[in-house]
Amino acid sequence: MTSMYVILAVILFAIGLAGFLIRRNALVVFMCVELMLNAANLLFVAFSSHYGILDGQMAAFFVMVVAAAEVVIGLSIIVMIFRSRRSTSVDEVTELKG
Amino acid sequence: MIFLEFTAPQVDYVRLLPFLIVLGVACLGILVEAFVPRKARFVTQTALAILGLAAGLGATIWQWGDGGRGLADPASITGGVTGTVLVDGPVQCFWAILFGFGLIAAILFAERRAHAGASAFTPMAAAIPGSRLESEASEAGLVHSEVFPLALFSLSGMALLVATNDLLVLFVAVEVLSLPLYVLSGLARHRRLISQEAALKYFLLGAAASAILLFGVAFLFGYSGGFSYEKLAHAVSFSTMGDGILLAGMGLVAVGLLFKIGAVPFHSWVPDVYQGAPTPVTAFMSVCTKVAAVAGLLRLFYAGLGGMRWNWQPILAGVAILTIIVAAIIAINQTDVKRVLAYSSVAHAGFVLVPVVGAFTLQSGLPEGQAGSVASVMFYLVGYGLATIGCFTVIMLVRSQGREASSLDAWAGIGRRYPLFGVVMVIFLLSLAGIPLTAGFMGKLAAFMAAWRGGYWWLALVAVLGSIIAVFIYIRVIQVMFFREPAEGSDPVELVRPGVPAVIVLALCLIGTLGLGLVPGPLLDAFQAASSFLIPAGA
Repeated sequence: MTSMYVILAVILFAIGLAGFLIRRNALVVFMCVELMLNAANLLFVAFSSHYGILDGQMAAFFVMVVAAAEVVIGLSIIVMIFRSRRSTSVDEVTELKG
Repeated sequence: MIFLEFTAPQVDYVRLLPFLIVLGVACLGILVEAFVPRKARFVTQTALAILGLAAGLGATIWQWGDGGRGLADPASITGGVTGTVLVDGPVQCFWAILFGFGLIAAILFAERRAHAGASAFTPMAAAIPGSRLESEASEAGLVHSEVFPLALFSLSGMALLVATNDLLVLFVAVEVLSLPLYVLSGLARHRRLISQEAALKYFLLGAAASAILLFGVAFLFGYSGGFSYEKLAHAVSFSTMGDGILLAGMGLVAVGLLFKIGAVPFHSWVPDVYQGAPTPVTAFMSVCTKVAAVAGLLRLFYAGLGGMRWNWQPILAGVAILTIIVAAIIAINQTDVKRVLAYSSVAHAGFVLVPVVGAFTLQSGLPEGQAGSVASVMFYLVGYGLATIGCFTVIMLVRSQGREASSLDAWAGIGRRYPLFGVVMVIFLLSLAGIPLTAGFMGKLAAFMAAWRGGYWWLALVAVLGSIIAVFIYIRVIQVMFFREPAEGSDPVELVRPGVPAVIVLALCLIGTLGLGLVPGPLLDAFQAASSFLIPAGA
């Protein structure tokens, strides 16, 4: 039974990673990262129930708190970029090269 | 039915004191923002940060002997929060290194004279670059003094990453380390669009790297049924789970940490972020982040995944070689001094991985008086950090029309016009290149010897060849500084007079670089004496 959840988590993670690499809007890219974090959460909970312990479920709470902090920082950076460029496409931020 | 039981943890607060001081001072800095009048804030924050870090450094050194004493009796040393944080000899060494470099960086943050009386940070991060609001804020003399608490929060995350003995805390520490740095790198006073771009790139790639790290942690949790490194080490020997989960977890966690170290192929953010971020912040993160990430990697791979060393050693060896060679080759093409130093930092990430691969430790039978992997990594990082911070301080001082002139063309002939500055910069560059009589040379020697003794003689040989290639990175900068004429009609570049903070930083870095190059023994011995990871019983 656990293996089903593991497979689902891996699929979710792969979707997130693919979206991270393919999508061009900074907001959507960021959402894909959140999807990756939640895939890890699912894995934590699945393994936790496999072993009959609570550690993994506790870990999921830690991850949620950290993800919330990350959203605060990330959105403010994206808003800052949007205000100075009127765009959130990651293709247009290309002044740093080499 | 699972019963919830809660036993109050035994916390050895004295052992955790250095970490608690730095975290506490960071929190205090937030209160200063709220209650101290605006005019006095920058000075207050500077003093608070410097005193706090000095206290943290002092507390670490005060307890230094403890690590050695505790080693004799492992039962007595399960200090800190039992299980999740373990303060042993290497941790105290890494704390001393981190807080020492944090202190130097904090002093550098306070430099104002080089920026014509303003700080290196934007007066108002929320204002649109080039807008009226921004120029008004600049004229009103506003300043973001939050940079000091942010740096301290980042440092406490690094201190946690170094000391953690728990996979979940590893993830939390990486995030606490990174989040303030994302903000800090977007706060440059000049060329703010580039700075914001650096912040966005760093944030998106950093967030993805932490997610990958977390996914790896989840696999390792699934493999061992717990978060502590002991459990992991135990499971490596006895688990009934398939090896696939273990290998996947190990690989993903390694990717997350190698990203923070800046090793190829996870280095693409390094040059962009180092160039865009305010130079003091670049100096801070190029050194402290690398120290913390390497220490975290060392601890996880030695204490937690030591049983899998035949699997991870060849992979890390490949990463090290790739890192050294790719960075050395790309650096030759760069046209910006900050980017050159960024690639140099990537190359050093490769060099520092060489002794990590060697894994030659007390446990593997180290003779008296020889430096093992952990001690040589520490010494290498000290040498690298001193020279790197010194270089970035010099970069802060080279200006054209009030802005940093970091393009290589602008640096043409500057060494001849300002001989003293030229010589100082050359010493730092030679130390980074690993020329004898500098700390960089002793670091490379100790590092490669450790890899050689650990059975990776071929890797040590490749690393020596790589360091010869890497010398060209620095020779090229020196050649531009001394033997090239500035182009006709280009903006005049001048070396501004440094303020007291920058002079202190330059002096410390110079003394350290030359001192450790001439007399490396005492520090190397001190690191060696304290370099054995405490691996609790049951592992």
